[in-house]
Amino acid sequence: MIETVPYPVESAARSEPVLTVSDLRVWYGSERGAVRAVDGVSFTLRPGETLGLVGESGCGKSTLGRALLGLLPAGAACDGRVTFRGQDLLQISRSELRRLRGPALGMIFQEPLTRLNPLMRISEHFEETLRAHAPRMSRDEMRQRSIETLRKMGIPPTRYRAYPHEFSGGMRQRIMIALALVLEPALVVADEPTTALDVLVEAQIISILADLRRNFDTALLLITHNLGIVAEACDRVAVMYAGRLAEVGDAREVFSAPQHPYTRELLRSTISLRTTDLHYIPGSPPDLIDPPPGCRFHPRCPDAMVVCRDREPVEVPTAAGSRVACWLHGPADQVPDGGAEALVREEISVADEA
Amino acid sequence: MVFTPTVPTDKDLHATAARRSWLRKTVDVIAYPYRASSGVARGMLVAGTVMVGFMVVLAIFAPLLAPAGFNEVETAELGAFPKHAPPSSEHWFGTNVQRFDVLSRVIWGARTELQVVLLSLSLTVVTGVLLGLVAGYVGGWLDRLLVLVMDALFAFPYLLLAIVVAFLLADKIPQGLGGGIAVAAVAITVVYIPQYFRVVRNSTISAKQATYVEAARAIGAPPFVVVMRYLFSNVIQSVPVIATLNGADAILTLAGLGFLGYGLQPTEASEWGYDLQRAVDDATAGIWWTGLFPGLAIVWLVVGLTLVGEGLNETLNPTLRVRRLIPVQLTSVGTTAQEPAVAGRSSGRGGEDA
Amino acid sequence: MAGRSGSLREYLLVRLLLLVPNVFVLLTLVFVLLRVAPGDPISAALGGQLPASELARRRAEAGYDRPLLVQYVEYLGQVLSGDLGTTVTDSRAVTDILVVNGAATLTLTVAAVLVALLIGVPLGLLGARFRNTWLDVVIRLFGVLTYAAPVFFVGIVAIVVFTGMLGWLPASHQASPIMQYSVESRTHFFLIDALLAGNTRAFVDGLRHLVLPAMTLGLLVSGVLIRLIRVNVAQTLRDDYVEAALARGISGRRVVLSHAFRNALVPFVTVLGLQIALLLGGAILTETTFSWPGLGQQLVQYINARDYIAVQGIMTIFALVVAVMSLLIDVVNALIDPRVRY
Repeated sequence: MIETVPYPVESAARSEPVLTVSDLRVWYGSERGAVRAVDGVSFTLRPGETLGLVGESGCGKSTLGRALLGLLPAGAACDGRVTFRGQDLLQISRSELRRLRGPALGMIFQEPLTRLNPLMRISEHFEETLRAHAPRMSRDEMRQRSIETLRKMGIPPTRYRAYPHEFSGGMRQRIMIALALVLEPALVVADEPTTALDVLVEAQIISILADLRRNFDTALLLITHNLGIVAEACDRVAVMYAGRLAEVGDAREVFSAPQHPYTRELLRSTISLRTTDLHYIPGSPPDLIDPPPGCRFHPRCPDAMVVCRDREPVEVPTAAGSRVACWLHGPADQVPDGGAEALVREEISVADEA
Repeated sequence: MVFTPTVPTDKDLHATAARRSWLRKTVDVIAYPYRASSGVARGMLVAGTVMVGFMVVLAIFAPLLAPAGFNEVETAELGAFPKHAPPSSEHWFGTNVQRFDVLSRVIWGARTELQVVLLSLSLTVVTGVLLGLVAGYVGGWLDRLLVLVMDALFAFPYLLLAIVVAFLLADKIPQGLGGGIAVAAVAITVVYIPQYFRVVRNSTISAKQATYVEAARAIGAPPFVVVMRYLFSNVIQSVPVIATLNGADAILTLAGLGFLGYGLQPTEASEWGYDLQRAVDDATAGIWWTGLFPGLAIVWLVVGLTLVGEGLNETLNPTLRVRRLIPVQLTSVGTTAQEPAVAGRSSGRGGEDA
Repeated sequence: MAGRSGSLREYLLVRLLLLVPNVFVLLTLVFVLLRVAPGDPISAALGGQLPASELARRRAEAGYDRPLLVQYVEYLGQVLSGDLGTTVTDSRAVTDILVVNGAATLTLTVAAVLVALLIGVPLGLLGARFRNTWLDVVIRLFGVLTYAAPVFFVGIVAIVVFTGMLGWLPASHQASPIMQYSVESRTHFFLIDALLAGNTRAFVDGLRHLVLPAMTLGLLVSGVLIRLIRVNVAQTLRDDYVEAALARGISGRRVVLSHAFRNALVPFVTVLGLQIALLLGGAILTETTFSWPGLGQQLVQYINARDYIAVQGIMTIFALVVAVMSLLIDVVNALIDPRVRY
């Protein structure tokens, strides 16, 4: 399986990134103060590449995905740059962005059951989408194209005029995927597309998504908390913690040799066939309103050093081509004297356990 | 990613208030919606309270405020009143076809409306709650019969119902028991009983089914007491909203009855609806003051009660409450939360699109 | 396709069967309301006008000396056979009242609903789209005012302005007396009769008479429409499929019209069914204000004459209208929402 995946360095050499995100921040207002859902995130995505975005729930993954399509709730503030085909999506007008959604940017949501309008036939969903972006397309052409896309997702043409409630959850998610792909967008954000589905259906959906780049040459940002899915379907993986990226790199590389302690702990806490006892990361994800100073993972990190509490980590490249934000990997010249000593912090773990 | 503001629920409120005096508690309960509301809801609540308060003052101090009695056609100061006199310094709102002073009729009318509405609301609440309790608690054929009758009453055009009841009861209630005021109140009561019946019956049934009622039975507490407790903690919250909105509606029904000539006898009290009936013929002749002022009085009181009811509803009913948008400012990159905030760019695309 | 329409047919059949108990309960309610009061219809209407022996004779003739239960069964039987009785005071068949005055009421209510739709739908949509802006506040205030102002008050203000002061529009009846006599009554709908007779002047006259009552009643109903549409559309705008549509690049305006509005129709139509009561109640008051010869105005006149049979007959008509309207509402809902049929 993994052998068929093109090596990321090769694809990097082959093509320019379709999406470059740099220093993206998205904050929400709340009564207690600003919620730093995404706080300085940078990554790139190339055509046909699948990037898995993993992390615990509430770490800002979904917000990041929505920010790319400009689907943030009113009142959210963002800055940084989201460069898509040379255009900064944060700077362009609302109507320009609307025109991109569909033919250039697609989104697949978590809950397929509520994402289709129950009063509209499947055909109407497709025709509405196509009409919004290709007004000159004939009705027959729309039909042809929609049915063709549905067929690729395993939905027979006979069901084209059915209503959403006549389909199962898995079928509805495949319809949602077909709807997102019918205009062949260059970038698709899939936000936990299988969380609401059972395991067998999940496998189907994942294999469909894995086939995406072969059929459509689409770049995919796959948001999930399921590391198994990432291992199966992604070329690269970005590990997110408390609004920041802890580690970004080739999926096989990151999984076989995690550089960041958080990635390591996350992998250890995954249940696999070899699991003999359950591992979990003590404590809970930090408060995004008042995050811990320094490295945000330091209160839960088994390898925390003094510097981790005092200074924010700097992203450093690793030998395998990944990037990691952890003082364990340096840069050594920025660690102050005595900063490398292990951090003593009974009081934190006590507070967190309580 | 949605951060719901932590607004104290009624339970919290009661818990903290338990230690304070009874008077303080009452004040707290009354003041709670005013404190908890915000924006439009608070504006409605305050404006409505002021409007209703004004009418209450008129009603209570009618003998002091009104220049004449509601059926007086002469006073010592002004002598005999002319017929159809336009507004002047002597008769601020003019006089009507019966030579009554319109201003006095309007002021005395406030007293009548509030009397009838208070009486009918108390009758409605008592009857509706009792019937609902009995139906829900006893169940069986009695429940089914009551539900059937109440549903039929609810579906029936309410004004028609009130007319027929007022017609049937006309002159049947002796003056000692309230006379016309009681007739009007009972006629209106019949209209609104089904609403209370429904709410209380459904709550009683769910209270009966709730497991802790079973538990209470097991330890020997009389089930009826438990059901009553449950009801009073659950239903009582929706009563202020329903009652205020029904109060507004009842004013309109009473005016409608008066307009058609049912309910109150013209000699018994001043009633705005009746005055409007007398004003229909004036209207064609261009005499505007006999109809305008009683009509505005109705609008004033109904708007006031509606604003209070809607304001309460939006404050106490969390599903209606719109999450307040709290503006957020991004601090400049590299700073931490403790440092002064620098204005960032705010974007609210997604929400505005919706 | 065949399976779907089959289940729709099944649903409609079940719903139609449910009409029977509905009507039964409503008729019983009407009967009980009007007969629990002491006295009988004959003496109530004619007492004091006729000698006691004559009253007793008429009472026996009409069957009011028999037990109430017998009269009840007979009443149900009559309604089933389409006979709603004959008025005591002017010996008119209630079915005649239904045909003649019902036409006037239908004209008024249909015109009023059209006015209400024209005002209410756009304002409700605007309110939902621009929720919590000044525009929304203004629209809501308008909604509150149309609700708070009694129809007869609005009617009187309209009469003062458009009849009393400006003299533009007539304030009472369906048409001027001359026109009324010049048009032969065929359908009992004055406007249709005028058209059938090719009498343009009578038709225009009828329209001019319709304007004030229809606007008055329409304004009342529009307030309810605004409120319902605003709340329901605002609610559906928060639904997941709306966000999904936005994510596919559907424009905000299109989303409001084709997703939110259409989906809001489901709860809207349901609640609208309950507003039939408002419409009919409002019609009674509007008809009285504008001397519009409809069912409501007739009802008031017969109540004043203490004619129980007429009142019972007109109430029966109203009850049947309510039952049929609630059936229609359910049918419309089934047509809009494919999920209802299952």
